[in-house]
Amino acid sequence: MGEWTSEIWRCREILYFLAWRDVKVRYKQAALGVAWAVLQPLFTMTVFTFFFGRLAGIPSEGVPYPLFSYSALVLWTYFSVTLSQVGNSLVSNSSLITKIYFPRVLLPAAAAFGGLLDLVVSSAFLVGMLLYYHVTPRWTVLLTPIFVGQSVLLVMGVGMLLAALNVRYRDVKYTIPFLIQIGLFVTPIIYPVSFLPQRFQGWLALNPMTGVIQGFRTCLFGGRVDWEIIACSWVVTLALLLVGGLHFRSTERVFADIV
Amino acid sequence: MTESITVEGLSKRYEIGALRQETQLRDQLVHLLRAPFRRRAPKEAIWALRDVTFNVQQGEVVGIIGRNGAGKSTLLKILSKITYPTSGRVRAHGRVAALLEVGAGFHEELTGRENIFLNGSIMGMKKKEVDAKFDAIVEFSGVERFIDTPIKRYSSGMRSRLGFAVAAHLDPDVLVVDEVLAVGDAAFQKKCINAMHELRGGGRTVLFVSHNMAAVENLCSRGIWIANGSVRLDGPTHSVIEAYMASFSSSTGAARELGAADARRGGGEIRYTRVEFLSGDGKSQSVIRAGKSVVIRLHYRANEPIERPNFGISIVSELGTVVTHTTTWLHGLDIPLVPTGEGHVDLEIDSLNLLPGRYLVSLLLNSCLSQHTYDLLENPVHLDVEEAPIYGSTRHIDSRYGLVFFPQRWRLEGIGSRTVIDLSSAAHG
Repeated sequence: MGEWTSEIWRCREILYFLAWRDVKVRYKQAALGVAWAVLQPLFTMTVFTFFFGRLAGIPSEGVPYPLFSYSALVLWTYFSVTLSQVGNSLVSNSSLITKIYFPRVLLPAAAAFGGLLDLVVSSAFLVGMLLYYHVTPRWTVLLTPIFVGQSVLLVMGVGMLLAALNVRYRDVKYTIPFLIQIGLFVTPIIYPVSFLPQRFQGWLALNPMTGVIQGFRTCLFGGRVDWEIIACSWVVTLALLLVGGLHFRSTERVFADIV
Repeated sequence: MTESITVEGLSKRYEIGALRQETQLRDQLVHLLRAPFRRRAPKEAIWALRDVTFNVQQGEVVGIIGRNGAGKSTLLKILSKITYPTSGRVRAHGRVAALLEVGAGFHEELTGRENIFLNGSIMGMKKKEVDAKFDAIVEFSGVERFIDTPIKRYSSGMRSRLGFAVAAHLDPDVLVVDEVLAVGDAAFQKKCINAMHELRGGGRTVLFVSHNMAAVENLCSRGIWIANGSVRLDGPTHSVIEAYMASFSSSTGAARELGAADARRGGGEIRYTRVEFLSGDGKSQSVIRAGKSVVIRLHYRANEPIERPNFGISIVSELGTVVTHTTTWLHGLDIPLVPTGEGHVDLEIDSLNLLPGRYLVSLLLNSCLSQHTYDLLENPVHLDVEEAPIYGSTRHIDSRYGLVFFPQRWRLEGIGSRTVIDLSSAAHG
């Protein structure tokens, strides 16, 4: 493992260039360009606010519903968009894998880091929304990078596992959108954790994105810190990172042969 | 001299089953449901490489030759760490740069400039290095005017030139090259060859895989012939190439039996039975290198004594142009009698001055005494002529340049300029 990490460190410039390529290519020939990073969560928020906030009357813990859902969508959009890119990163770069040697893990990593630019842009819009709703962020806003970092780790853990499986089983390609769709409902994006009956809350905590979003919102809007959910989420995140990393490591030697 | 590459007992097995059946989870699940406790039947496997061992000294330029599917590409992929051996090991000293495909890793949407940085980085250059060499790379590639154009608008030639330009500036200790000289125009090929010569002069180790025997012969000091995944022969380039070419012959395959030829006319008192192409050392060949000597042996069977026959042969291009027609009668030979039974006549050609390509051979047997034809076969056999450095250069010289070539030289003294570079002598020296 030590040799692996030192090689990755040596090749960090490749990581930078691959991420730069992904970012550069993403909005080429798109008239609205990087504005899409805001438009996607913004439209989703509008729809959610109308159906869930207004019509269904789902509570939002004292925060205006648009702000409540957008703050979660910033991270969820990063997670879902990036996860599908990370999951397909090996297959879509098969011409690189079969022609040039470099540490394979740089491909999923580049996709995970490349997605952060969109996150920065959509977060900037979140700051605008906080001002609009006269929500004064408390000092804990400085802790939000912890949860952003956790979502990067989570994307990498799940993504490495899916990417490596995808090389052999193309079924994964069809599984990812499905997983993301389910994830949208079993993560407290539309509703707060407290909206669920007590006995389901434990199950929800097993989804690591629950802790990420819950923690992120707490940093922004204050409220009771649910340490249990956060701890549970970190345990699951680190476990997934370990499983994903080990599986990736044990299969990367055959990528070029079967991709 | 220090060892640059050490290859020990290298084997690589590909499981065919893994590629064909299991790429869908469903198959595994179905298997699991049907027979949960039975182990899977062993998969069909092929050995792309089997127990390959060799060393390369620093500064050596080694050509790797062999037929398609012999394992050359697998060997290069293992040397460049793209894939891993099933057993055995490889040690390479210093930076290894592999050029398995020119411009691998280019992104269509990015400009030439952006791709130089991306490709250079993936191939192992630091950003500082790319910055320093950027102008040289652009100049080498000759695409200055389009450097800020997305490469999806490049021609394939421009793309290849840019790719090789990046690779030529990698400054590796070991360069592994697969068939890249096959791309680009003549001027660019010259640049590539010069670049590889500079590498050789600079003490770099080069492993070069090509089907272009002329290029291998001129560039490499040593040849390794891979056949069926193993090293068949390892030695001086020239002798390895000769042995490789000779392998195309075989006792049965090279001699063409004519018994069942359809387009046969004539009385049949005497018939051709088969045709053989023999190399200088008397071995039967199926492919002949351009410019080499060859003996065309025509076997016949006479069903009765034949008085004053005329043996003839035509070599015809694939499009039907008669390249040459020659007979014993045209040579003024008079054969009083051919007795009943089998025999053969030989046509010796000192230098087969045909350009590479496929030719058809027609055979004629008639009488000098009358208009009677005994046997006439139109194009029953073909003659494959293989590329060779006929002008002493590494250029691809093939059927585009005509059908035949003559012993020849260009004289350039009349130009009165010192800037003329003779690449062929540079290549040999």
